[in-house]
Amino acid sequence: MDTLLRVIKNPLGLIGLILVSFWLIIAIFAPFISPPQNPRNPYAIARIGFSSLPKPPSSKAPFGTTSGGYNILYGIVWGSRTAFRVGLIVVSVSALIGVLIGGIGASSGGIVDEVVMRITDLFMSFPFLIAVIIMSIVLGKGLDKVILALIIFGWRGYARIMRSEVLSVKERAFVSAAESIGASKARIFFRHILPNSIFPIFVLASLDIGTMVLIAASLSFIGVGAEPGYADWGQMINFSRSWLLGTVDNPFQYWYTYTYPSIAILTFILGWTLLGDTLRDVLDPRMRKVK
Amino acid sequence: MVRYILKRLLILPVILFILSALIFSLVMFLNPYERLAVFIPNADAVGSSIPFDELVSRYGLDKPFYVQYYEWLQRIVQGNLGWSPSARMPVAEAIARYFPATVELMSLGALIVFIGGIFLGTYSATHHNQFFDQAARLGTSIGVSLPEFIFGLALLVIFYAWLGWFPPGRLSSWAEDVIYLSSFHRYTGMNMLDSILNGRMDVFVDALRHLVLPSIAYSIGMFSTILRLMRSSLLETMQKDYVTTARAKGLPENVVIKKHARRNALLPVVTLAGMIVAKMLGGAVIVETVFNYRGMGMFIVTAAQGLDFSAILGTSLLIGIIIIASNLIVDILYTVLDPTVTLGR
Repeated sequence: MDTLLRVIKNPLGLIGLILVSFWLIIAIFAPFISPPQNPRNPYAIARIGFSSLPKPPSSKAPFGTTSGGYNILYGIVWGSRTAFRVGLIVVSVSALIGVLIGGIGASSGGIVDEVVMRITDLFMSFPFLIAVIIMSIVLGKGLDKVILALIIFGWRGYARIMRSEVLSVKERAFVSAAESIGASKARIFFRHILPNSIFPIFVLASLDIGTMVLIAASLSFIGVGAEPGYADWGQMINFSRSWLLGTVDNPFQYWYTYTYPSIAILTFILGWTLLGDTLRDVLDPRMRKVK
Repeated sequence: MVRYILKRLLILPVILFILSALIFSLVMFLNPYERLAVFIPNADAVGSSIPFDELVSRYGLDKPFYVQYYEWLQRIVQGNLGWSPSARMPVAEAIARYFPATVELMSLGALIVFIGGIFLGTYSATHHNQFFDQAARLGTSIGVSLPEFIFGLALLVIFYAWLGWFPPGRLSSWAEDVIYLSSFHRYTGMNMLDSILNGRMDVFVDALRHLVLPSIAYSIGMFSTILRLMRSSLLETMQKDYVTTARAKGLPENVVIKKHARRNALLPVVTLAGMIVAKMLGGAVIVETVFNYRGMGMFIVTAAQGLDFSAILGTSLLIGIIIIASNLIVDILYTVLDPTVTLGR
């Protein structure tokens, strides 16, 4: 509660919280805002006609349609669910893996730690985006494959941070106290070390949600992510690429095809970044002012 | 120092071996028929008439992993990276053609990121809390959270569709005709450099026009990061005792900042430099796609879309080499900047 209060007191943190809550509400109430055409497959973007030209905003499609008659508003509303799904699943699973790998490496030390960290280094050194692209070729198309690919390479940052935290926490007096009363290794790790080294993980996680959603969107944008027609913001921007140039008379003729999805991605990512930045300031005791 | 570098260079093949084995084993997740189908155009149309089983065994696609890996490694050592169906040429040739384009883009980007970021960061810190500093803080906050492809598309809409200043692609068609003339020597494959060497300033200007938007689009995030890092690092260094001492000695402020403060403030920036090279390679994939700039990034994307794994394997190896080399350079730069760091002990 105290943490939340501090976040709200910070103007940038408040903006971040509002942006994230806004998208959360849109995601939760998606079926009411844009009722799906086919309730069994709500993530297929609803189509209004099959015109090859984008259509400007109208009463039927308030944000207009892209080529192929895809309803932009529908794609954005259901795309928010996709964004949360990608962000939350990828970050929670990869954080869990990272915490376990980094934590176990650091608390056992010696050769285990050395091997674990060399593997982490290897994963760290390769460009993340290209690694995920390679992974998604092997796994195939589809959003669940993208999520898996992001998890496979996403844990490395968490493992690094967790390791350095555990290395410092395990030297503290309460850990040797627990050892001296004969607590088991697992108990010491989960009851004493873990709760005292987990906060930086939360900060990284909140910053990472935006990043992961962005990378998933980039993959859909270059055409190795979600299937065509799936409600995904990156894909909607990919749709709009052919309409960037407008017409000779009016270069902004098809502005709605790229403007709305871009705003959706920007506000979503900005929200998480602001929230994560504020969380770091709030949770880092060095930044905390004495009351 | 020399021994340290030699030692690092000796480890290089080992790391590349592990990296290639990892990527190769990833590809092995695809079954032999999937890997074969990539090489057969219109496999769907002529599907039934192709002797799949015979082809699979002829090219050894059903052999155990280590046999295929060993054979692949043998070919690599001979310089044969395989055939790339998506580029319709050997992988080695495709890399030779596309890689210089990406190097060109990356060098221009690196110029903006490092020179721009370090100088403006220094300026921001030495004019702490003045107008420029405030503007830079606001601008870089937006810059770090701006996705490359959205920023790139926005640039295209404004500067190409609307104003018509900077076109996408690598060259205009007339310049394309010029560089394929037999009288035009392709020394490096980099359009800007080659056009200077050939004395064709018009081609140089055209190449630069095509590079402006993509290099801005993908350096903006890293430029903002470096500027912020340089600013905060220099602000911290300026509080140090040795800076006060230098000032007390009566040195001009200019010398204090350049020789005493900035040199030390550069250390965190150099630490980040290795990571930035990796980020730039990833960014090239997106930016080249946005601007239809035919370089390594677009090559990787088309290869990925077409399941072209020989291209993916070849480019990954190259990327691995670049990353390892840039990390080595960063470590060496460290000793130059900070005499207390000694390499290799």
